[in-house]
Amino acid sequence: MTTTAPKTDPQPAAPAGATPPALMSTSRRWPIGFVIAVVVVFSFYQWILPEASSQVQTFFQDWLPLISINEAVIWVIFALGLNVVVGYAGLLDLGYVAFWAIGGYTAGWLMSPFFNQWSINILGNPAPGQEAGIHLNFWLVLPIAGCICALAGVIIGAPTLRLKSDYLALVTLGFGEIIPQVFLNGDDIFGFNLSNGSKGITPIDAIGLGPFRLIPGVPDKLGPFDLTYKFAIYVFLAAICVFVSLRIREGRLGRAWLAIREDELAASMMGVPLMKTKLAAYAVGAFAGGLGGVAYASHTGAVSIDTFRFSASIILLSMVVLGGMGNVWGVMIGALVLSWINSTGMAQIGSTVNEAIGTNIDFPSYNFLIFGVLLVLMMLFRREGLIPETRTKQVLAEPERGEIESLGAEMEGTSEHEEGGAR
Amino acid sequence: MSATSTAPVGTADPMAGLSMYAEAITIKFGGLVAVNQVSFTIPERSVVSLIGPNGAGKTTFFNVLTGLYRPTSGHVLLGERDVTGMAPHRIAELGLARTFQNIRLFNLMTAEENVLVAMHSHMKSGIFGTVLRTPRQRREEREGRELARELLDYVGILKTADEYARNLSYGDQRRLEVARALALKPKVLLLDEPTAGMNPQESAQFVEFVQRVRTDRDVSVLLIEHDMSVVMRVSERVTVLDRGEKIAEGTPDDIRGDERVVEAYLGKTGVEQSSAADRHNGRGGEGSPS
Repeated sequence: MTTTAPKTDPQPAAPAGATPPALMSTSRRWPIGFVIAVVVVFSFYQWILPEASSQVQTFFQDWLPLISINEAVIWVIFALGLNVVVGYAGLLDLGYVAFWAIGGYTAGWLMSPFFNQWSINILGNPAPGQEAGIHLNFWLVLPIAGCICALAGVIIGAPTLRLKSDYLALVTLGFGEIIPQVFLNGDDIFGFNLSNGSKGITPIDAIGLGPFRLIPGVPDKLGPFDLTYKFAIYVFLAAICVFVSLRIREGRLGRAWLAIREDELAASMMGVPLMKTKLAAYAVGAFAGGLGGVAYASHTGAVSIDTFRFSASIILLSMVVLGGMGNVWGVMIGALVLSWINSTGMAQIGSTVNEAIGTNIDFPSYNFLIFGVLLVLMMLFRREGLIPETRTKQVLAEPERGEIESLGAEMEGTSEHEEGGAR
Repeated sequence: MSATSTAPVGTADPMAGLSMYAEAITIKFGGLVAVNQVSFTIPERSVVSLIGPNGAGKTTFFNVLTGLYRPTSGHVLLGERDVTGMAPHRIAELGLARTFQNIRLFNLMTAEENVLVAMHSHMKSGIFGTVLRTPRQRREEREGRELARELLDYVGILKTADEYARNLSYGDQRRLEVARALALKPKVLLLDEPTAGMNPQESAQFVEFVQRVRTDRDVSVLLIEHDMSVVMRVSERVTVLDRGEKIAEGTPDDIRGDERVVEAYLGKTGVEQSSAADRHNGRGGEGSPS
């Protein structure tokens, strides 16, 4: 869908540099799709649904509540961030939840009454009676959290990225556990309460709308119940991630990531600095984690340590893999679908089944079993993911031509195999 | 093109500018000495070869030059700079490009993208430039693509520019490796067994190609090669390694007559038999090594 192998005819010394038309169109047209999606969903939940019959209302409340749509959109942000690390650069990261946690706590520190020993308010929107503490505007906190996460990504990455595949995965897994532990036990660091421990931080400030509040009918700030407006904001953030993912993929850095994914040694021999390029992937991925962390904190109105579990990292990875590693649209769909199954789908399908056949099975508790089955089925029947990247599809579809021919060549004549001391 | 017609370029004044100089390289793996005190020069705009039987340490030596291994002792100079122990990507950036014995392309990238990757160090756009698609980034991309296509055209595979590297034929993959290496704008081009799997006709074409590259692109070429007919035709100087030691160095004619070289390839008993045959065909008795 994104990169349909451009079969442009290179004969007339193709006006080199012209991006293949297929790329142009997708990278230009998708924002329109996003806008349409926002308008449709927004107006449906804002104006149409409240007027609908109670039957319709309950149906949507059961099967497609806006709160779970919002959550799904936030998962898209995380999944796209992880996709940069895993899908683009090919670095298996099992601890992405660490960045989510850092982003979340940044929101907790900067937009809540938590640090009530200080009183700072920069365009903030504290809840009434909660004016103490640090209250920065949501839109300020986003880039700050992104940058803190990117920095954390570099700090975590610098020592770990020297490791290869499995070892890297294990160390990232470690960091994914350590960082939430730090926050869990961070309520008394030499007498300083950094994270409020297992109680978490609450309430998180509302989202200010700046100049938009001048539009009649639009609320001043978005509290916990302004789901429709928040939906638009989360989609906007996800769109930024899509935009950055697509753009960066096309350029110098994106190519270097792919090259590293394909053949690290050859890439370094071609002048690609491995460490720097991998760190860039970590930083960009972590930045998205920061955005998502802040968004999620404002979504739930709290930062709670229970969110940052190992399972979150695994679900994110499943989203990337199921959706189609490296393909922005696949990852997006993967995130939406899995998130919905997790938050709503499983429980609803379960209760429907229970009603139909009169059983009493607690389906959500089998979540991971069903997840596992889904993953296995995908690996059996659609290994490339829902919407695969054209490149991945290639590997799975056809044998490698060079490999086969070089085998033939080897049988014909080159008399040697491997040099003695080589590698 | 015979050896004699190209010889003057390299041999006229060996002390004139050197593209690369490796001084007394020793590399040990544990107790094993893979390369022992080997010095090696690549004069500017020359074609030199490194030969030797299997296990002689050729590839190991190659890997020292490219920065994959750090030599136990000795120095590597690229142009004026000491690059000993530098990271491979730094050395590549400074002008050393290579191809691989077993082709190592970025299989799931198009031919054009493969070449563009090698321009990484010559391009400047960062994350923000790329995301915002600044005019400078767009110009850089456009120029990069133009150059990439030019290079693909130069090696004769322009029509495959938008194909994934893995789908190219074996011969085209080898060409693509050369195009990719040239994209680094190297001072020195290392070719690791470039004619492996080629038939004699293709090898002959390859010899011409190497000479053309040297003149057009203003690079020095270092070959590791097993096909003696190629080595003898294309190189101005040949260095022979055996069991990690340099046992001979000189023009192809010197090497052809060198007893130690023949011995290294054929073993002691083979020497007598081959030296007679050697004089007959005049092209080194190395038709079938080992």
